Amino acid sequence: MAEITYLEAIREALVEEMERDANVLCLGEDVGVFGGAFKVTEGLQARFGENRVIDTPISEIAIVGAAAGAAHMGLRPVAEMQFADFISCAYDMLTNYVATSRYRTGLACPMVVRGPSGGYVRGGPFHSQNPEAAFVHTPGLKIVCPATAEDAKGLLKSAIRDDDCVLFFEHKYLYRRIKGVMPAGDHLTPIGRARVAREGKDLSIITYGATVWKAIEAADQLAQTGVSVEVIDLRTLAPLDDDAIVATVKKTNRVVIVHEDTRTGGIAGEIAARINELCWEWLDAPVLRVTAHDVPLPSAATLEDFVLPQTADIVAAAQRVGTY
Amino acid sequence: MKGGARGAKRSAAAPAVAGRLSHSDKLSLYYWMRLTRTLEERLVNLHRQNKLVGGLFRSLGQEADAVGSAFAVEEHDVLSSLTRNLGSLLVKGATPVEVIRQHMATADSPTRGRDLGLHFADMGRGYIGHISPLGDMVAVMAGVTLSFKVRGEPRVGLVYLGDGATSTGAFHEGINFAAVQRCPLVVIAENNGYAYSTPTAKQSAAKRFVDKAAGYGVAGDHADGNDVLAVYEVTKRAVDRARSGGGVTLIELVTYRRRGHAEHDNQSYVPGGEVERWAAENDPIDRYVRVLIDREKVEQSDLDAIDVRATAEVDAATEQALRSPPPAGPDALADVYANPSRLAPHWYRR
Ligand SMILES: Cc1ncc(C[n+]2csc(CCOP(=O)(O)OP(=O)(O)O)c2C)c(N)n1
Ligand SMILES: [Mg+2]
Repeated sequence: MAEITYLEAIREALVEEMERDANVLCLGEDVGVFGGAFKVTEGLQARFGENRVIDTPISEIAIVGAAAGAAHMGLRPVAEMQFADFISCAYDMLTNYVATSRYRTGLACPMVVRGPSGGYVRGGPFHSQNPEAAFVHTPGLKIVCPATAEDAKGLLKSAIRDDDCVLFFEHKYLYRRIKGVMPAGDHLTPIGRARVAREGKDLSIITYGATVWKAIEAADQLAQTGVSVEVIDLRTLAPLDDDAIVATVKKTNRVVIVHEDTRTGGIAGEIAARINELCWEWLDAPVLRVTAHDVPLPSAATLEDFVLPQTADIVAAAQRVGTY
Repeated sequence: MKGGARGAKRSAAAPAVAGRLSHSDKLSLYYWMRLTRTLEERLVNLHRQNKLVGGLFRSLGQEADAVGSAFAVEEHDVLSSLTRNLGSLLVKGATPVEVIRQHMATADSPTRGRDLGLHFADMGRGYIGHISPLGDMVAVMAGVTLSFKVRGEPRVGLVYLGDGATSTGAFHEGINFAAVQRCPLVVIAENNGYAYSTPTAKQSAAKRFVDKAAGYGVAGDHADGNDVLAVYEVTKRAVDRARSGGGVTLIELVTYRRRGHAEHDNQSYVPGGEVERWAAENDPIDRYVRVLIDREKVEQSDLDAIDVRATAEVDAATEQALRSPPPAGPDALADVYANPSRLAPHWYRR
């Protein structure tokens, strides 16, 4: 089987689900004729028609709200945010309406809101954001951040079939840089389950998204110095896979949590708290975080490199935890 | 803003009546449009040489819209420009070297490398560049102009948005707020046919964007956005109305986006011949040259001299900008707050 990119894997998931279920439809700005700003939905409108691949006005509130309404009626909408940064325009619709709908009224919102997030691309303050933490804090939303092409496909297919709203944050740095061979058949990756991206015994790095690849790079470097690092790719941030987190803590007793998102209020704090609550007696060292600095993400390469976590930072943190 | 060269003080004479531009004002309009185009062409070269950070957004064919409208506000007025309003910023006093540095994200760029393109502001010169989330600046400018009203200052605001941005909640809330408060605000909807790949027919079911004015209870006006004098006149009328307490005007300027959304976009979605037709028949600079020569009796050599001046200015600015250093990494930690003005780096970066 040929390798395909992370981006092509997302498209393949959309095509397969639209073939499988006539209720699945895509909507968003420029997703139809143009195939999306990053070409994720290229060819879909020609294949499935204008009723199922809908070019919308620039109206994030209406895109998300209409997806919710259509979902109530049994459709399975996949709404695209042209950049994940603009999901904040629909914050009210997502947090006040979509997230509370089932709980309040029993009306389900089986829908996906997907789009490119993340930095390392010199995109600046409005085209690089990692908006997950704001939504992790909102009960009622599921949040998925795939790092591999296989998971991008398997998780999107699962997200479309999920009976709740799933925010699917793709990473634009990975779109064309990461490739994978898709498992045969109906490839579904379960939501809520982390993955051991690399086995190790001395220390665990818990991360997700683009920093999975930086963690693996750091693990390679640390292996040269005789340190065996386990890398956990969370894949889903809500609900978090507590079992996988506890298992790796019990195995290595030392943890570094890495994310590209800013530090304060980021999910690393939540994971550290859960480790404290669930298995603190298994720790041989304090849990450390490697994250972005708490600033808007700037454009210039020198500034962006300074703000975002780099492989050397992960190595430094791992060494400190490892020698504690 | 009247007055010839950049930085020139506003003429002491009474404000011009719409359409009563002096001969030198008319030459200034040409200069600003030419400077806009020459500067953008330079940015294209720099972009191809990989010297810029991020995408490059052109206003080719829309220079009259930006320049003519900005020319109608005064020095103490405030405008909020958009992606394709380089000309407005130049008229308001932004300099070519600032613009190039801003596209290169240098340490001495107006945002010190933090933001890109036309996303920069200087309240001293009366401009606030937009942010990416479309429509937001309409609400912000409602507040800027609310301050003029509250303090009884005879100042006005001008905000631009695209045909696409009229679909946002922020536009709707912002213009409605300004309308109810009778803020001295002019809102220009630039209808350039497309929002990225989306044609206006998929953006709004209204036949004309100016028809929305009635729904907000504000004055509505429209003009050929590629006729710089018409743009000036329609904006001047609205500015005068705002200054005299008449509240908000929504203006639709009809123009055309001749390049892709940004330079990477090959415009595959544009019907064949459309771009070429606008370029051949409706270029705002070509049209204005004919007006100047036929009606204003300007000599071609006078225009050539202005072209030479614009090129020389852009050459000098380019040379200067190419010597600018990149920002130092740790500068990223300054200015998130007034207090503390600098954050500490994470321990592994100390
Ligand atoms: C709220 C929001 N959604 C999506 C985008 C992505 N986006 C950037 S520009 C653009 C098209 C803008 O079209 P228009 O308003 O007509 O302005 P033009 O580019 O034609 O000048 C889109 C969809 C954005 N910047 N903000
Ligand atoms: Mg437009």
